Amino acid sequence: MSSGLLFACVGAILFSMGVAGVILIGHLLRRVLAFNLMGSGAFLILVGLAQRNDVPDPVPQAMVLTGIVVAVAATALALALARRLHALTGKLELPADEA
Amino acid sequence: MKRFVVGFAVGSSALAFAVLLIGALLEPLSGGVDLRVAVAAQMTASGVEHPVTAVLLNFRGYDTLLEIAVLLLALIVILAIGLDTTSDRPRAGNPVVQTLARLAAPLMIVVAVYLLWAGAFRPGGAFQAGAVLAAAAVLLHLTGLLPSWQTPMLKLRSGLTAGFLIFLAVAASLLSRGALLQYPPAQAGMLILLIEAGLTISLGLILAGLFLFLSRDPGGDT
Repeated sequence: MSSGLLFACVGAILFSMGVAGVILIGHLLRRVLAFNLMGSGAFLILVGLAQRNDVPDPVPQAMVLTGIVVAVAATALALALARRLHALTGKLELPADEA
Repeated sequence: MKRFVVGFAVGSSALAFAVLLIGALLEPLSGGVDLRVAVAAQMTASGVEHPVTAVLLNFRGYDTLLEIAVLLLALIVILAIGLDTTSDRPRAGNPVVQTLARLAAPLMIVVAVYLLWAGAFRPGGAFQAGAVLAAAAVLLHLTGLLPSWQTPMLKLRSGLTAGFLIFLAVAASLLSRGALLQYPPAQAGMLILLIEAGLTISLGLILAGLFLFLSRDPGGDT
């Protein structure tokens, strides 16, 4: 197995862990972390597959670069919303998740 | 008990999905499109020497244009949510740490300029340079040398939107030549450098703003 495929397999595991975390975890901060884990898994798959051969493919690498920036923006927005929720309700869980 | 059942079901599904995905990844590739050949064939007309930079700013220019728009949108929504105007006690800065921050910030600016320039022929470019600039601003803020930002005034708003507007202006001006964001090969390098310089400033301000607008420290209007 080449190193690229190893990265891709680790990315698949990270993505699945992230999906499970987003579904199961009620605490918003931990859910944001799980969301980032999902994104990191997807990025690892793209970068790993891009270097299956000796010469890396620049197109998936450029897509990952774009994805990282968008993930940063989404994370900052999610954290701002979580802070707003905490300021309004004193909790970091959505009402539906408190049960 | 119900929670355990749900957790077990979701965990099992995630594990099964991971196994299926790894199985798909390990399958040998057949008949795939080799984009490296297509990228290499067009490198001479792209205006830069590094293939990833060429893909970002020439071959996939729409994606990069919308990427800066997404960042701006996130910042606008954060400002619209409303700023927390309560103030923490202003922290007394450690003079040793402040001295180190004062030394580090100019070096980070030099590194950012280098990253911007290096993007033409090796990994680097506007987004990496912008991230370094934002890190410098956050470092100065955490050491107490830079106050947090309040409502952005005209100068800061101009800086935040300049990158996106420059990109849009270049794209629109190229429309007169027949296609949006289709550079003439002779000027592609210079246009890409112009776009990247504007993006660097705006990205640095936007990424720093994502942190500094959320900070609790009282600060003057900028």
